[in-house]
Amino acid sequence: MDPFAQRLWRRRLVLTLLLAPALLWLFLLIVLPHVDLALLSLRARVAPRLHHVSLTQYQTFFAEPLYWHIFVRTAVLSAVATALTLLIAFPIAWVITKVAQGRASALLFVVCLIPFWVSETVRALGWLILLRESGVLPALLVRLGITAQPVELLYHDATILTGLVYTSLLFMVVPLVSSLESLDNSLIEAAYDLGASGAAILRKIVIPHAAPGITAGCIVVFMLTLGNYLTPTLLGGKNSQWFTELIYTQFIVRFNWEQGAAFGFLLLALSTAMVALGLRVSGQRFVDVMRRS
Amino acid sequence: MSQPDLAVDALVKRFADHSAVDNLSFTVERGSFFSILGPSGCGKTTLLRMIAGFIAPDSGDIRIGGQSMRGVEPNRRPVNMVFQQLALFPMMSVGENVAFGLARRGVTRAERARRAAAMLERVGLAGAAQKKVDELSGGQRQRVAIARSLVLEPTLLLLDEPLGALDLKLREHMKIELKQLQASFGTTFVYITHDQSEALVLSDRVAVMNRGRFEQLGTPQQLYYTPASAFVAGFVGANNRIVGHLSGQSGEIAEVASAQGWQVHARCSGAISAGAAVEAFVRPEVATLERDASLLPAAHPRYTGVVQSLLFDGANSAVLLTEEKSRFEFRVALPQTGRFADLKVGERVSFAFDPLRAICFAAANGG
Repeated sequence: MDPFAQRLWRRRLVLTLLLAPALLWLFLLIVLPHVDLALLSLRARVAPRLHHVSLTQYQTFFAEPLYWHIFVRTAVLSAVATALTLLIAFPIAWVITKVAQGRASALLFVVCLIPFWVSETVRALGWLILLRESGVLPALLVRLGITAQPVELLYHDATILTGLVYTSLLFMVVPLVSSLESLDNSLIEAAYDLGASGAAILRKIVIPHAAPGITAGCIVVFMLTLGNYLTPTLLGGKNSQWFTELIYTQFIVRFNWEQGAAFGFLLLALSTAMVALGLRVSGQRFVDVMRRS
Repeated sequence: MSQPDLAVDALVKRFADHSAVDNLSFTVERGSFFSILGPSGCGKTTLLRMIAGFIAPDSGDIRIGGQSMRGVEPNRRPVNMVFQQLALFPMMSVGENVAFGLARRGVTRAERARRAAAMLERVGLAGAAQKKVDELSGGQRQRVAIARSLVLEPTLLLLDEPLGALDLKLREHMKIELKQLQASFGTTFVYITHDQSEALVLSDRVAVMNRGRFEQLGTPQQLYYTPASAFVAGFVGANNRIVGHLSGQSGEIAEVASAQGWQVHARCSGAISAGAAVEAFVRPEVATLERDASLLPAAHPRYTGVVQSLLFDGANSAVLLTEEKSRFEFRVALPQTGRFADLKVGERVSFAFDPLRAICFAAANGG
């Protein structure tokens, strides 16, 4: 073998070895279980320990209006939560990158980060303490004379949304900050100088520049929200009707793994479809977006 | 004389510890090319940004086309700016960049496209409207940035060191192009730069700025031949600076004794009392060089020096001499005839200069 080919071969070996842990992880924890789940979802139990290949699990989903309802509801609420998160995170990211200077900017970022030092469970329990009928906020409303009796603030859709937005905020702020940071201030000044109003600058300069960051944030937040189990369950209680709960029930309560696997794949299909749709609508390329997030 | 396009009146801007712009007043005539020349930190950028409206002055007024700009936002001023890094919008095509300001004024899409195309043609970029910004060369971007502003027909075009980012060759080329553009459009240009050559080549009038004030305002020729202060003499063009004290005076010619003990003669700028600290300036091209001292003009004092280094730069070639008695380092321009092409380091030569073409200022106290 000539020295050049030898060096090339050696470099490939090193690259393979370096990538091996990540590839193993991907294969063992993502690909393998999904293949198994796919096989599970495509069979039906005809007798104890006897299974046939069948589409029954998927047919059940389409035949049962309750499943459908929860599926669509989860998608819609996740989309609303994503939009709300974007609306709240954008001004925060703007202040961090363009308004605050030096230490103040870093401090604001830390403030966004602090809630993530405690686990999601503890954060959700915090909401429970604040919002339950005998909790802090209802008591405050009574004290202020706004309501005569303590009201139950838990178990509403708005409560679930609040919890989801709170949980997702950081994942929206980070890509937005990184995309707004790369926006040259002189572009904003130039647009202002050429006669643009604040709204026109936002529409023509800031949003087009931040589009990959916005899309990246929305994709991450949407996926996290769609697949979230804890927050909807704790804050929504029995009313939450979140699709992940349905999957949990099938696997753990009903012990119907076939049905649970089918639901899992439907959720995967939904999030894939929504991401594709989002990319199409915003005219972004997946590679560009992922580089930003 | 018509009303000036820009009138600045007693303008002041202070930052925490210093005045960036210190009580400035000046006017810029319609259709002229006006440059503000100064070292970095002299306040020229602050001044330009106040004219554009990005910074509010502490006191004083700016009138553009006769209108006071007090409280007028940048997007409502009849002024456009070409930014140092050009700030072309990368998310838009060249045509959209040029049409951006027109769109903000509510000009219809068809009219916008027509005017943008016409403007691009005028700056020599016909047919480039569909191109992306990053497909253009440095010089072409420059022209788009200017076209984007001029399409709005501003009263005043501000340029913030737009040639700074270009390489030398392109910068020389763009200088000529800028001057031609200004002449063909007739728009008043206010240009800031720290590069004296840009200011001298381009401008009708130049203000030399230092520490928030104008040291001198005049034509490039006035700045070069009759600098009003030691700062201007030192900043505009190459100069030999001789620091010393006034040891004698006959008429307008002062005798300056340098700290190292060299006696030179120079014309006095203003009254200077005997013994005062002074700075004399002699331009390299004012001095003449000869191997044979008897060939030097008889009327001028003669000196002898040793060639320390040769600074060959085509038409700008010079030689660095060490004056024999004082070891003072003195720069003399070489004649372009190539007569001294064989000059060697270490050679003894004679030189002289006309004292009337050298200039002497009382040293600025406090520095």
